[in-house]
Parts: sequence; C-alpha cells; structure tokens
Amino acid sequence: MNILEVERLSLSFGGIRALDDVSLVAPQGAITAVIGPNGAGKTSLFNAISGFYRPERGAIRFEGRDIGRVPASRRAGLGLARTFQNVSLFRGMTVLDNIKLGGHSGLRAGALSAMWYLGRAREEEMRLRAEIEREVIDFLEIDHIRGLSIGALAYGLQKRVELARALAMRPKVLLLDEPVAGMNREETEDMARFILDIQEERGITVMLVEHDMGLVMDISNHVVVLNFGRVIASGTPAEVRASPQVIEAYLGAKAARKARHEA
Amino acid sequence: MRTGDYRASYAQDEALFVTPVQRAWLLALIVGLAAFPWAAGSYLTYIAVLLGIHVISATGLNIMTGYTGLISLGHAAFMGVGCYAVAYAANAGVPFWIALPLGGLASAAIGLVVGIPSLRIKGLYFAIATLAAQFVLGFVFREWEPVTGGVRGVNLPAPSLFGLAIEGDRAVYYIVVPAAVAMLVAARNLFRTRVGRAFIAIRDRDISAEVLGISLLRYKLTAFAIGSFYAGVAGGLWGYFFRAATPEAFSLGLSVFYLAAIIVGGLGSILGGILGAAFMTMVPEALRAIVAWIAPWYPPATVLLSPMREIVFGALIVGFLVFEPHGLAEMWRRVRRFFHLWPFKT
Repeated sequence: MNILEVERLSLSFGGIRALDDVSLVAPQGAITAVIGPNGAGKTSLFNAISGFYRPERGAIRFEGRDIGRVPASRRAGLGLARTFQNVSLFRGMTVLDNIKLGGHSGLRAGALSAMWYLGRAREEEMRLRAEIEREVIDFLEIDHIRGLSIGALAYGLQKRVELARALAMRPKVLLLDEPVAGMNREETEDMARFILDIQEERGITVMLVEHDMGLVMDISNHVVVLNFGRVIASGTPAEVRASPQVIEAYLGAKAARKARHEA
Repeated sequence: MRTGDYRASYAQDEALFVTPVQRAWLLALIVGLAAFPWAAGSYLTYIAVLLGIHVISATGLNIMTGYTGLISLGHAAFMGVGCYAVAYAANAGVPFWIALPLGGLASAAIGLVVGIPSLRIKGLYFAIATLAAQFVLGFVFREWEPVTGGVRGVNLPAPSLFGLAIEGDRAVYYIVVPAAVAMLVAARNLFRTRVGRAFIAIRDRDISAEVLGISLLRYKLTAFAIGSFYAGVAGGLWGYFFRAATPEAFSLGLSVFYLAAIIVGGLGSILGGILGAAFMTMVPEALRAIVAWIAPWYPPATVLLSPMREIVFGALIVGFLVFEPHGLAEMWRRVRRFFHLWPFKT
C-alpha cells in the first residue's frame, strides 16, 4: 500500500515550471529517495507535500485522503513530519526544548492550564519528557547535549537534533531534505544507520531528497529521479543507475552514449 | 562551587527550584518582600509599588515582543484600556479583586483585535500597526467623555477588602506585589509548556513552527491576548495606586519605556523583564539621589547636573546595548556561573 501518493502535480513560479506533471508514490514502510540535479524541483516537491506551496494541478494523497487543501500546520497532526535542507532549529532554545516542540500537536494544554502548570499541563509535560528521553534522545544518542543551546552544536549534531525533533512528532511519514548534506563520512554513516533503524524498527515510511549517491543507493528501496520538474526515471536503485536518461541528466548526453556502448 | 548535578528524575530536572539553597533563597525573598514596606520608608515603598506595576507590564510586553517576536509600540495604550476599565468597574461598585481581572480581560479583548493583522504583516510593519493602535486608543481616552472623563480623566475609589478601605502606598503594596509575583510565576510556567515553546518557535522561525503543527494565527493571538492582559492588570493597579485614570499617563513615551525596559533587561527572559523594569524605574531615581547628595558640597550641582541626569540615563542604556546586547539577565547568568564554578575560571 502507498501511504503517500503524489499524482500529476504541477507547480510554477511566474512562468517557471518547478514541477510538471509529477507523479510518485511512497510505499508503506519503505525508503523512497528523490534525486536529481540542482533545480530539478526536489525541494519544491517537499514544500508542496508539507503544504507551503499550493499546487496548480494534481493531488497529494496521504493514507488515501487528499490533503491538498489541509493547512501546513494541520498536516503535522496527520502524521507528516519533515526536516529542512538548511537546519531549521530554533536557536533561542535548548536541544531538549527543540525536541519537545516535535510533540506539540500531541499535547492538549491551553494557555490557562499552562500558566497554572500544576495539574494537567505538568502531567502532560512529564509524560512528553519521559517519552522523548526513551524514544528519541536515547535512540539518537544525544543525551550528552540535551541541555545545550543549538548554537553550541557542530553542524552534524544540529542535523541529528532536527531529526530528533521530527521523530518526536511520532510521524507516519518522514520527509528528510538532504539529511547528510555537509557531513563528513562518519556523520553520514551514523545518519544512514539512524534512517535505516527508523524504517526497520519503527516502520516509519521515509522519503528523502539527497545528493549523496552513495547513501541513496545504499539505503533506499525506491528511487525517483527528477529533472527540470519532471520525473525522468523511477525504480530500484540498480534500475535507476542503469537508466540512460538519468546518466544523461547527471553527466550529459555524451557520457550517456558512452555508457550505452559499454553496456 | 557546585560539585555536580544531583537531579535523579525528570520531574526534578524540570522543576524551577531544586536545591535546598535555592529554596532557602526563595523563602528569604518571600519574607523580604512581605516585610519590605515595614522596614523601608514611605518613599521606597512608593518606588516598590511603581516597580511592581512596571514589572507586570514589562513582563506582558516581553511575552509579546521578547518571546513571540511581535513588536508592540502600543503597550501603554493597552495599559490604559485596563486602567479605564477598572476605573469604570470600580466606580460602578465592583470590588477590586473582580475589577482587576476584568480590566485585564478588556485589554486582552482589544489586544486580540489589534493582533489580528499580525498574520499578514510582520516585524516593523506590524510595529507600525500597534503604533496606530496607540494613537487611536489615546484618542478614544481623550474623547469618549462619558466613560473616560475626557482630558480630565476619572477618579477611582480606594479599593476595599471586607469593608476596609485599602489606602496608602503600604496597603496598595500588598495588592501589587502579590499580583506581580503570581503573574511572574504564571509567565515562567507558560514557558515550561507547549504554549510557551510555540511562542518562541514562531519568533525564531515561523515556517518550521508551522511544520510542527503550530497554528501561527492562533498562537500569535494568544501571545497578544496574554501580553495585553498583563498590561491591563498593570494599568488597573496603576489606577488604584494613583486613584485616577488620565489620558496623558498612557502615552507613546510609556510604550517606549517598556520596550527599553525589556531590551535592557533581556528579551525573551522573565528575569530580564524584572531587571529591565527595575533599571528603568530606579536608575533615574538613583541619579536624582546622587545629584541631591552632591548639592551641599557643590551648590551649582542642581542647576548643572539635573539636565545631565537624562544624558547619563540615555548613555547607560546605550552602553548596555553595546556591551551587553542580551541584557541584564545575561549579565546575571554570567555572575551566577562565576560563583558556581569558583574558584575555577569560567
């Protein structure tokens, strides 16, 4: 079953087609990678799925339901979480508070009970804290930094904290926008292990945009290739790697011909 | 020096006051606050009441501006709404402990209306919208004579409890300070929970706040309503303290006073609101005292130094902004860290 389906999605910005008739699916429990050269429309696709852009045509279906008109802030409650290409943590807060924000739509306390604190708000916060410690902080091995402020962290750790915040949302589908961009090899390997654990142990469907081909080919079940806003290939990593259109998009027509001769 | 972290449960880690030393200080503070009007003279009690009112109002502005990022140049007008509402209610015979929350609610209601454009306009543009609110409300205070008494304003009766009139600064102190303490605790609690975190998230990065399921309009309006509620209660206390509500009291100058207080004290810090309000209230008083103290030795001082007071005050504010942009609260944290780590270097 496909938990997330994008059907014939089109989106343009003042005459530039960012997405042109894009259709793709994220099968339940799988890792789907979206790749493509710069400017291919990958992040635009993610922004449309998260609800920042309203597509001109097409549908986005989440668990079979069209969510095209659901406001961005309501999609979190449905079970859709994401991280951003440039880390988008809240710099004025500690790591722990950032992660707690992931639990926002799972909590109920209003302003009045929050100000009174004793009672429901406190109970709810304590439950959230215990849950985050158990399921997110231990899991991602960031217990040593939970009290630090974001600015004090190295870039790789910031990316991990952002993943932690997304996990605290208890998502059904996790969208990761370039999870290992700018990381060294060791950090990349850690992140790959976390993504695989998230998929295998928790059954969370993952969709990721990434330029690191090694990572994409290693961990994804499906790969979708975008170029100039269109899907030019999709399939297993091996199929995509062999596709002449993909080689042409990445390396140019000449390299594609050469590859065909060699094949 | 602190030797370690002995917190053994998440509940302890989330508590505000953990160690016995902290609790002892807290107790000392409460006893000190309760005894203050008896130990200090009438002048200091007057200053303390004024400071309590400023602390409440500055904390309200800090919730809106420091924590949620909605710059307001109309805070004094919201105070005015609270003050007039309380005056109106008090003159109709409503007891003060009902009139004060009513004043807060009236101010919060007006704040909600002013806050509605905040979804569409942000930053400085929104600040200008609140500036407009300041002028519009100021106009209403002056012109709606049947309710506000026009430029002459309205007088308030003394608040009374169980038939006893609460008169004099010392008595008012015992209304203002408990109110201030309760509202500070409420504000501190707010930022231990999802609502407060949502405010900070909106300030820091509203797009990712939305992805986390935070409705921008709802939380911006909540922040505005809470901030205006604080202003309204502060305005009501102001009314009971000065026993009058007049339009010139709630001018743009007072709005800027509160903005300066939270910037000097520390944006987005409850302690910052307290320290900033204390700085803005007490430094001019201290400078006046210094001038009065020098005068006997150097008679021209009163003529020469009185205008200097304003300049020194302004220079102090600029100095704080340059050397301590995170405000007095950050300075306090540094001092504390020094003593926690002493004798090791920080």
